[in-house]
Amino acid sequence: MQTRPNTMNTETSLMNAARAPRPALAAVLAAVLAAAPPAQAAHTIYVSNEKDNTVSVIDSEKLEVVDLIKVGQRPRGITISKDRKYLYLCASDDDEIQVIDLDSRRIIDSLPSGPDPELMTLSPDGSILYVANEDDNMISVIDIGRKRILKEIPVGVEPEGMGISPDGKTLVNTSETTNMAHFVNTTTFEVFDNVLVGNRPRFAEFTHSGTQVWVSAEVGGTVSVIDAATRKVLKTISFALPGIKTESIQPVGVRLTSDDRFAFVALGPASRIAVINAETFEVEKYLLVGARVWQLAFSPDEKRLYTTNGVSNDISVIDVEDRRVIKSVAVGRYPWGVAVRAGG
Amino acid sequence: MTRGARWLAAALWLVAGTAAAVETVDIAFLKKEAERLPKLSNLDPPPADDGALGGKQGIADNNTTGRFLGHSYRLETIVLDEDGDVHEALRGLHARGVRQFIVDADAGELLALADSDAGRQSWFYNVGAGDDTLRTRQCRRNVLHIAPSHSMRADALAQYLMARKWPRWFLVSGRRGNDLGFAAAVRRAAKKFGGKISAEKKWEYGPDMRRTAASTVPVFTQDADYDVLIVADVVGEFGEYLAYRTWKPRPVAGTQGLAPVTWHRTHEQWGAAQIQSRFSRNHGRRMSEKDYGVWAAVRAIGEAATRANSTDHEKIAAYIRGEAFELAGYKGQKMSFRKWNLQLRQPILLVSPTSLVSVSPQRQFLHQRSVLDTMGYDRPESQCRLDQTP
Repeated sequence: MQTRPNTMNTETSLMNAARAPRPALAAVLAAVLAAAPPAQAAHTIYVSNEKDNTVSVIDSEKLEVVDLIKVGQRPRGITISKDRKYLYLCASDDDEIQVIDLDSRRIIDSLPSGPDPELMTLSPDGSILYVANEDDNMISVIDIGRKRILKEIPVGVEPEGMGISPDGKTLVNTSETTNMAHFVNTTTFEVFDNVLVGNRPRFAEFTHSGTQVWVSAEVGGTVSVIDAATRKVLKTISFALPGIKTESIQPVGVRLTSDDRFAFVALGPASRIAVINAETFEVEKYLLVGARVWQLAFSPDEKRLYTTNGVSNDISVIDVEDRRVIKSVAVGRYPWGVAVRAGG
Repeated sequence: MTRGARWLAAALWLVAGTAAAVETVDIAFLKKEAERLPKLSNLDPPPADDGALGGKQGIADNNTTGRFLGHSYRLETIVLDEDGDVHEALRGLHARGVRQFIVDADAGELLALADSDAGRQSWFYNVGAGDDTLRTRQCRRNVLHIAPSHSMRADALAQYLMARKWPRWFLVSGRRGNDLGFAAAVRRAAKKFGGKISAEKKWEYGPDMRRTAASTVPVFTQDADYDVLIVADVVGEFGEYLAYRTWKPRPVAGTQGLAPVTWHRTHEQWGAAQIQSRFSRNHGRRMSEKDYGVWAAVRAIGEAATRANSTDHEKIAAYIRGEAFELAGYKGQKMSFRKWNLQLRQPILLVSPTSLVSVSPQRQFLHQRSVLDTMGYDRPESQCRLDQTP
């Protein structure tokens, strides 16, 4: 980190990583480094590169790619097991979930899934994986221990977003062409309600209290906040940025802080993260990140937020408290999913 | 039906099972085949079910959504040959309660249908005619245009050529009505975006170029000074024979070469890969531009029924024409209808046979309402005022 400039701009992130900063930059660098936040609890960031069939491994201290794991074809959604030992990865074109041992950084196993797995979520106890299979309008319920599909639940066209309630009893899936959030009872595996949201819903996230579900709509350009008990839309949040075409504001990834006070929403080709006050639903700030920002993940202490930027082939590192972008790290092509593990 | 008519596909009953009472939306796809052409230079004639399978896919997508609301959708496809009577087909369907008609026919037939007795109580979705007059002078309240106009295609191409700084064009047009329509749109696009028609010729060598192209095309293009040759040959009589045979080493664009289209097999961004693979798996062939048009029409009806939560034809028609309507069509931004002429706004792909080159509108071209309105006739340029109450 000491030999590289801190940047928040995507062009400079393409700089040769090995190149030392020019002397003229030294003063600026010193100032930027001095302003850098205090040391974070060490963690590791994993980024799936959709076009490279790899996962980039990034060290939180150095903020550098320290390893590259070769994985299956078209890796997209990734998530870390509750015991933090494994990374589950949707190898979309291989029609399976790959299991990567995070200590050895090797693929050690695979789990069955339906065709074209894209995003998934774990049950709170870590034993069940719910996977959206984009190609066959089904959610697969996978028993991880027994490595088999327990149930396939029919939902709308092109299921994608997957959110699970904190008590694990309700699963919310979004379907991109049906434009609904489907509420699924995880005991009976039945859809018990459907809520129309904006066009092409991509992501569903429960608040930590479990009372609301936040659903982003990429083409609609909105985020719907749904009351989990009544399934009524409480608020439809829209976005406006001076100088940015409304067509390019395309919300995808959504993350809420664990106190449910703030939500961060990735706005796709607008290349911004919206910081939303989750109590008033007002957008408080927009942060400029890399091009076509898709998915988001907090560091374990929530001091940082990492974003995958699909077109600029990098991730942006956001200081959550200061609400500013502190660095970009170049990764592979079409970085898609991001997951974070405490420790090395 | 008349002797000239033939029924290609029977009604598709794709009703998803649900315990609640199911209400059905009936949609018809009415296709009138144009004059049978000598497809001499066209090695890949369109399949007989061109368009119809797009409709089938749209119905399946609508029904997956509809089962959550107690809605179901049915499509009846009728293909008429060049002697077939579209009016008789319309009357028959109308008598059975069908009110939503997706039409692939020429502009004259489309307007005659829309203005007929049964037609005035129905809604039409134009997936065939690109004539600009349908969007500038002869608009109808009951006709929505899913297909882009000639000028939308020409503007999409012109924006790209200007962005590449290739502003001087040699326009070569064929002999048919659509060729002249597209050529006129190219001339207009040159004026609109600052390009120049530096040379223009009409192709008068007839359609069969298989043995003579190598000698004819160099001579035909010898005296022109230009950056790009733009060809207007909608049915493909000679256009394929121009590339690599011009006197100067210049690219070919237009109806052949780099072509502005609504859909293409190389398109995979923005979720397009999903419908491409769904379509190929279900139907055993690639999704064509016509399939995409019929799919989009069926989806527009489904989207309106879903949002309005009604299968009532009047309510569907009202929702589609309303401010809130938007359609996701795998092209990176929402599509909607221009209120003054009921033309679907949509990005246009620029493709070569095996590569997606670009997607218009190009980022340099801005618009106060929607960047999609940089393509085609804008409201002040059109005499249509369907956005005002009659």
